[in-house]
Amino acid sequence: MKIVVCVKQVPDTKGGVKFNPDGTLDRGAMLAIMNPDDKAGLEAALRLKDQYGAEVTVVTMGLPKAEEVLREAMAMGADKGILVTDRVLGGADTWATSQTLAGALRNLEYDLIITGRQAIDGDTAQVGPQISEHLNIPVISYAQDIKIDGDSVIVERQYDDRYHVLKAKMPCLVTALAELNEPRYMTPGGIFDAYDADITVWGRADLKDVEDSNLGLKGSPTQIAKASDKVRKGAGEKVNLDVTESVDYIVGKLKEKHVI
Amino acid sequence: MNIQDYKGVFVFAQQVDNVLSGIALELVGKGKDLAKDLGTEVTAVLVGSGVKGLADELGEYGADKVIVVDDPELKDYRTEPYAHAVASVINEYKPEIFLIGATAIGRDLGPRVSARIHTGLTADCTQLDIGDFPINPIPGKEQLHNQLLMTRPAFGGNTIATIACPDFRPQMATVRPGVMQKAPKEAGRKAEVIDYNPGFTPDHKYVEIMEIVKAVSDVEDIMDAKILVSGGRGVGSPENFKLLEDLAEAIGGTVSCSRAVVDAGWKPKDLQVGQTGKTVRPNVYFAIGISGAIQHLAGMEESDIIIAINKDESAPIFDVADYGVVGDLNKILPQLTAQIKEAMAAKA
Amino acid sequence: MDFTLSKKHEMARTLFREFAEKEVKPLAQEVDETEEFPRGTVEKMAKAGFMGIPIPKEYGGQGCDVLTYAMCVEELSKVCGTTGVIVSAHTSLCCDPILTYGTDEQKQKYLPDLASGRKIGAFGLTEPGAGTDAQGQQTKAVLDGDEWVINGSKIFITNGKEADVYVIFAVTGVVEKRGKQIKEISAFIVEKGTPGFTFGTKEKKMGIRGSSTYELIFTDCRIPKDNMLGQQGKGFGIAMHTLDGGRIGIAAQALGIGEGALERTIAYTKERKQFGRTIAQQQNTQFQLADMATKAQAAQLLVYKAAMTKDQYTQDHKTAYGVEAAMAKLYAAEMAMEVTTKAVQLHGGYGYTREYDVERMMRDAKITEIYEGTSEVQRMVISAALLK
Repeated sequence: MKIVVCVKQVPDTKGGVKFNPDGTLDRGAMLAIMNPDDKAGLEAALRLKDQYGAEVTVVTMGLPKAEEVLREAMAMGADKGILVTDRVLGGADTWATSQTLAGALRNLEYDLIITGRQAIDGDTAQVGPQISEHLNIPVISYAQDIKIDGDSVIVERQYDDRYHVLKAKMPCLVTALAELNEPRYMTPGGIFDAYDADITVWGRADLKDVEDSNLGLKGSPTQIAKASDKVRKGAGEKVNLDVTESVDYIVGKLKEKHVI
Repeated sequence: MNIQDYKGVFVFAQQVDNVLSGIALELVGKGKDLAKDLGTEVTAVLVGSGVKGLADELGEYGADKVIVVDDPELKDYRTEPYAHAVASVINEYKPEIFLIGATAIGRDLGPRVSARIHTGLTADCTQLDIGDFPINPIPGKEQLHNQLLMTRPAFGGNTIATIACPDFRPQMATVRPGVMQKAPKEAGRKAEVIDYNPGFTPDHKYVEIMEIVKAVSDVEDIMDAKILVSGGRGVGSPENFKLLEDLAEAIGGTVSCSRAVVDAGWKPKDLQVGQTGKTVRPNVYFAIGISGAIQHLAGMEESDIIIAINKDESAPIFDVADYGVVGDLNKILPQLTAQIKEAMAAKA
Repeated sequence: MDFTLSKKHEMARTLFREFAEKEVKPLAQEVDETEEFPRGTVEKMAKAGFMGIPIPKEYGGQGCDVLTYAMCVEELSKVCGTTGVIVSAHTSLCCDPILTYGTDEQKQKYLPDLASGRKIGAFGLTEPGAGTDAQGQQTKAVLDGDEWVINGSKIFITNGKEADVYVIFAVTGVVEKRGKQIKEISAFIVEKGTPGFTFGTKEKKMGIRGSSTYELIFTDCRIPKDNMLGQQGKGFGIAMHTLDGGRIGIAAQALGIGEGALERTIAYTKERKQFGRTIAQQQNTQFQLADMATKAQAAQLLVYKAAMTKDQYTQDHKTAYGVEAAMAKLYAAEMAMEVTTKAVQLHGGYGYTREYDVERMMRDAKITEIYEGTSEVQRMVISAALLK
């Protein structure tokens, strides 16, 4: 079985976000990590590899620095890494990104493609389903469990108040939730091997069956009109009183606002 | 693509088990506002099996037209037949705007449809306006009017971006549930109902539903609650949530929580408020022992009144609270609950 | 001369750090309070490959270098000194001598289980009457047919009751050297469960309280003849050479403890307000922090240099690293003691309470000046090399 996992390198928003003096996001000051949903997707692939035997290839699109997440994936146990990087691919929205990745994936053999549900920098959850459309294969989003059954994949697909057990013929694309599993750690030896291994680097010319008009900033239907830091509602009152006074204060406000 | 051919505001009227989801009416409400700005109509697209009866409700909440795609293949949500239904409606009726709820269904359907018809899709919008693009005139660049300006948070709620889709139609967005207001119900108001069926032939993209497992939950959806009593890690233990439950009962509210509480296994995920949980905007939001991580604030800061109780006076929750009380929740809550009970009894 | 770490070492540090923060730090206080060996953590470390970092892949290890191993002990010790020494004693004092002196059969038999962490290793040299002084050794091994019969006891043994494989030392005879009767010492591999091999009392310690420190007791304990490690009579050299390597692990542990205390102190002094401003805004604090950071950095350079010198030895089997290891351990241990003491001072009254990590770190730091050769012994090793 051949599994391809798409991963993205993202700034770690968990430890707080840092801004430049001009108010733009200071990506350099934030740790770059493998997107958590993608990491769960990778772990799912590695478990399928452990269980059924599979070749796991990891693909990322990004700046040359994004090769770090491929090394990390290989240090966890992935077999191959492919970096898709090219100046003309920059500034892509989800349409152009999914076109790019589909162009890369057409060069590969796959039974199963796994992506994360969404990336923590954009939170769009679009690229996975869009890739599946471009490749004309079924998609199952929001996977909380993935099993293989012959030539099919059986997935528990999460909804707000339920889950569906879905069966799809491979090749199929599945998007993984971070809750899917607890990703394994890299091993020290895996890290050494990952840095001794070669990473395949593909540029625009290596993408198959993709028009220039669908790539990069120029190929992106959506355009940014305005971006800014979130303007928060200002703080109201803050009091530091003893217990009884605190209670009276809250009750007073609730009465004033006709809540009680 | 001739952009001039695309007219009208369409919204996807999500239903589950043949019951309209709250987001369907919220989108009709928002769609009506946008349609008014554009001088056009709002059309709800109702997809399912045996769902035609829901069209009346959509009409009462403001839909001018309802396009019903009714087919046995559409009984439970599956990506492919639904994507086919919606993409076919778009190709047939050519709307200039198409809105979908940013739900577990809409966030799967939206991207598949946008990829099929080749247009842009902006995810998880919290604000939608009609305006100019570019927003301010740029010399040498044509300023387009009557564009859909889609505003959304990114980077875990740390930044906001406004997105336009000037060269493709429809302008598509998924909209976060709980953010838009539904219009007041006008009993008896009728929408024009149009039946449309593009035909459904199962192929390799149709997945098989082997089983549907519903979570058993008798808890009120926190997104519908008027008063939320929300607890964070500072509550200290699952047992201590009793204090919050007592307060919620006294004041007629519902208990919710922060991510830390869900991560600790104290409360189930469907009670979680925040970026990775639910967006709520109750009349009153009590933030108790919640420090106020930015991801949490993103899910509750639109609440009308925010009351925070926290022993750490530098907690970020105080930056958004209307009324902040620095103090020990273990001491304040029992007294507060008692006094509220008294006040409610006096009023009754 | 290049002071930048390679990318693979940087990524290894990221791994160790993430593991330490997520898996080790939340338990550090509990491990100290309960004095219980963190078995669950060791199992997780085994899964992540931390128990055989410098062991070649052919023996089931990770095939990395000593520097990577030292960084692992350093990062673990930043959050928990106990966890640091468990890895150090296992790797440096048990895996390493078997790898260096073991026969092919011994390596095949023991290393895969040890390097994968399925089994834990320990080292028994110290006796009630003999620490670094080999001639004080009382434990004896006598050959009886195909078996060695061991009698005696070893004390202060790290990983004592938790280990499965022990490298121990015993007197196997007396030889005459320059007219003096000298005890001949040999090394052995003893497995847990061997009849006659039991445990004495558990030590109640000031620091590293979760590490299992026990007395090993041998009463007519019979082990196969083939379990002698290295040649008969070469045990003292094996012990000393093993301790040279072990000191790099302990130096890394001390380094981590000092760095951990510094990190916490920086965070604390930025938060804690006195007289209307943070204590970090006071010049005394700033100068103290500057001294602490400078010494920690100096210690790191010495530790990494010692580790890289041992890596050189792994390549050429010639390069001596004993003096580098002694300097690293001497300096890092004294740095750890000084930095943790200052850290407690800068925390004020809170620093003296168990609510703050620096209290534990100060207790953990002390042992690094004592075990695997006291600071005085390190000075002997260093000066002997200077004056030879």
